[in-house]
Amino acid sequence: MHSQIFQDYPPKDKSSLIPLLQDVQNIYGYLPEDALQEIADYVGLPLSRVYGVATFYNQFRLIPLGENVIKVCRGTACHVKNSSNVLYAVESALNIKAGQTSRDKKFSIEVVNCIGACSIAPVITINDEYFGRLTVKEIPTILKKFTGSPKPKQAESTTEKNLV
Amino acid sequence: MKTFLDKCCNECWHTPEKPCELFVRCCSEGPLCHHDKSCQDKFTNLTNRLKYLEHEVPIIFIGMGTCGLAAGAQKVEDAIIAELKKFNISAHIEVTGCVGYCAKEVIVDIKLPGQDRISYCEITPKIVPKFIQKTLVEKAIFKEKLLGTYGKPSEELDSINDDPFFKHQLKIVLENCGVINPNSIDTYLAYGGFKGFDKVIRLLKPEEVIKNIIDSGLKGRGGAGFPTGKKWELAFKMKTDQKYLICNADEGDPGAFMDRSVLESDPFRVVEGMLIAAYAIGASKGYVYCRAEYPLAIKRLENTIKQCKEYGLLGNNILDSDFSFDLKVKKGAGAFVCGEETALIASIEGKRGMPRPRPPFPSISGLFGKPTCINNVETFANVAGIVNRGSEWFSSIGTANSKGTKVFALSGKIKNTGLVEVPMGTTLEDIVFKIGGGIPFNKQFKAVQIGGPSGGCLPDSVMKTQVDYQSLKEVGAMMGSGGFVVMDEDTCMVDVAKYFLTFIQTESCGKCVPCREGTKRMLEIIERIPVSYKNTKNKKDQLQRFKGIVHLKRLGDVIRDTSLCGLGQSAPNPVLSGLRYFKDEWETHLYDRECPAGVCKELLTYTIDNSICTGCGVCVRKCAADAIMGEKNQAHYIIEDKCIKCGMCLESCRFQAINVN
Repeated sequence: MHSQIFQDYPPKDKSSLIPLLQDVQNIYGYLPEDALQEIADYVGLPLSRVYGVATFYNQFRLIPLGENVIKVCRGTACHVKNSSNVLYAVESALNIKAGQTSRDKKFSIEVVNCIGACSIAPVITINDEYFGRLTVKEIPTILKKFTGSPKPKQAESTTEKNLV
Repeated sequence: MKTFLDKCCNECWHTPEKPCELFVRCCSEGPLCHHDKSCQDKFTNLTNRLKYLEHEVPIIFIGMGTCGLAAGAQKVEDAIIAELKKFNISAHIEVTGCVGYCAKEVIVDIKLPGQDRISYCEITPKIVPKFIQKTLVEKAIFKEKLLGTYGKPSEELDSINDDPFFKHQLKIVLENCGVINPNSIDTYLAYGGFKGFDKVIRLLKPEEVIKNIIDSGLKGRGGAGFPTGKKWELAFKMKTDQKYLICNADEGDPGAFMDRSVLESDPFRVVEGMLIAAYAIGASKGYVYCRAEYPLAIKRLENTIKQCKEYGLLGNNILDSDFSFDLKVKKGAGAFVCGEETALIASIEGKRGMPRPRPPFPSISGLFGKPTCINNVETFANVAGIVNRGSEWFSSIGTANSKGTKVFALSGKIKNTGLVEVPMGTTLEDIVFKIGGGIPFNKQFKAVQIGGPSGGCLPDSVMKTQVDYQSLKEVGAMMGSGGFVVMDEDTCMVDVAKYFLTFIQTESCGKCVPCREGTKRMLEIIERIPVSYKNTKNKKDQLQRFKGIVHLKRLGDVIRDTSLCGLGQSAPNPVLSGLRYFKDEWETHLYDRECPAGVCKELLTYTIDNSICTGCGVCVRKCAADAIMGEKNQAHYIIEDKCIKCGMCLESCRFQAINVN
């Protein structure tokens, strides 16, 4: 199933486990169980070890995401500039908590440690578009832009806290 | 000739497969293997063009680092292109990295043929028409958004280096950042790139390179400050068939973005530093371990490696020597602990990123059990300069025990957020007030947090401290990787300690008990502090709260002394430095149940000033807890028992009628 991905990596090479997981997640947006099994067979590790790696790193997730991924930065600079209120506002506007996906699968909220855009704190990104120097009041307007016409989902490397 | 890889005439034969040892020197000095005036001219023309000295059409430089893009650089570029089309002006748009002045992004520079390069700031798509009209049609200066000129200052035109933000800086690592195109190896070569590496490979033995670095006094810029030369020497002395070199670009510190900016703005400098290091220690394989959260840095790094291979500066027999070096990018997967060197190695090997005890140090036994040298991005970025200009030059900058410069990422409650590079020995006060421009909105300065989760918060009383490894340690912080978050009177120190502990606690890999359990207990103790009387269930809870504080320091000491890696050993720092400098604030939380900064939610009381409230009802609709009551067009009031202190009413009130104590 994933032969195109596998051909870039030598078989039974344990060090290619993380790049393989990243590539698979880039395609599906998450790590399906059968893909994990395939990867485990390919690199020659038991599935438990692959699962161990997949749950250790924040980037990997075992459940699919919504159409629009909102990443709320909770780095120090953002924290000092009240990003906790921004997170609260996003959560209450969408009626879901960080790490969850809304029922209509339109939005997912993720908390990230720092996206390195500290100079425009507090900042959130929606599908890799940046929104900086935010105030709580702006949140509903920004979200409205994404509720109308859904964009094709982009599975980018992201960080997620709540793995199942 | 369009690039340095093009041949000036048939005499030139450099290709990556059959490299010529003169290649790098030819780029700056013209052909060295033969004398021909026309070839010489070709080289001079190309260099001048790449250094933006000679050009027929205006050049527009747009700062497109992550901060620039986040501020809307892409939209500005689109607007500029549309505007150029409208006026039918032909101009060349050059992408650059970040000049460091993130607060003033989007920064656009204009260079008209035969004139100096002039920098403008805070360009938005809205003002682009005016901007282009003024600068390119009227060929005048757009005064409203002027930052300064790169050339000679005149009466109406200040030098960019006279801007207070740049005036007190000394740029070595960031020298080219925001000035050159980070996507072009030709530009880097024209600016004298790879000369240091060329010198090393032709004239110096590995021992001499290492001695050079030891003499310069360069210390690791990743945080711990281990002398770089000593690290290389350890790796060099190991006799084995394979050695590895790793560049640590896993910049996990929240609030730090130096490495990202260097990789986005001047990636070739880092690769050159790595080439020199690899030659010195005898490594033939290298990795750059970069955070996956930095997609642009990874993209530019991959492009850098590709171009270096095309030009024969990476691969086999580089510049016709016996030295071969292969470089790969490894993407991190989002784990803070992977910035620790042994955890980073485990991650490259495809395992869970957990540290292991040292010794053996990676220089003895590292990646796949082979000697491995790991340095930070900024450390590598310093190397080429030291080799080029000599170790005496480098050691003449800085203080007695810390040489050179340090890059800091200024952020938080400060006017000029951005990236600054200062010589070691600059005082914290100078960085905050002279370069950073002080605190916005006339607020009072409270603390500066240096070194990320491993560092500490320093108050006003130690602001005269000079920045170097030793003195920062003495006052209870550490150099760390260079995060520099400024806090004002509205920041609560208990909350900051809680924030960092939460961070450390979730990022702890869980391998050793002191870090895994200790930070959890510490967090529990701190979480009990900002709790109101109402939510204190019983007397035992009360007792626990005080007992916890008594044990906090001892617990911190145990975690520091017994943890396996740097993450755990430095985990109590934010709390200990908080207790040391902000005891009063902690006590106010504890005894008076008040948060002077108005941050700790449970300790706040919201009230409505009924002389101002118009009864518009906006807050009622916003209130998540239905805690606001009142008749329409009459003053409203808050039911305290129901209030969950979310602060939405405060944010939504247009009349400033809501008070918080």
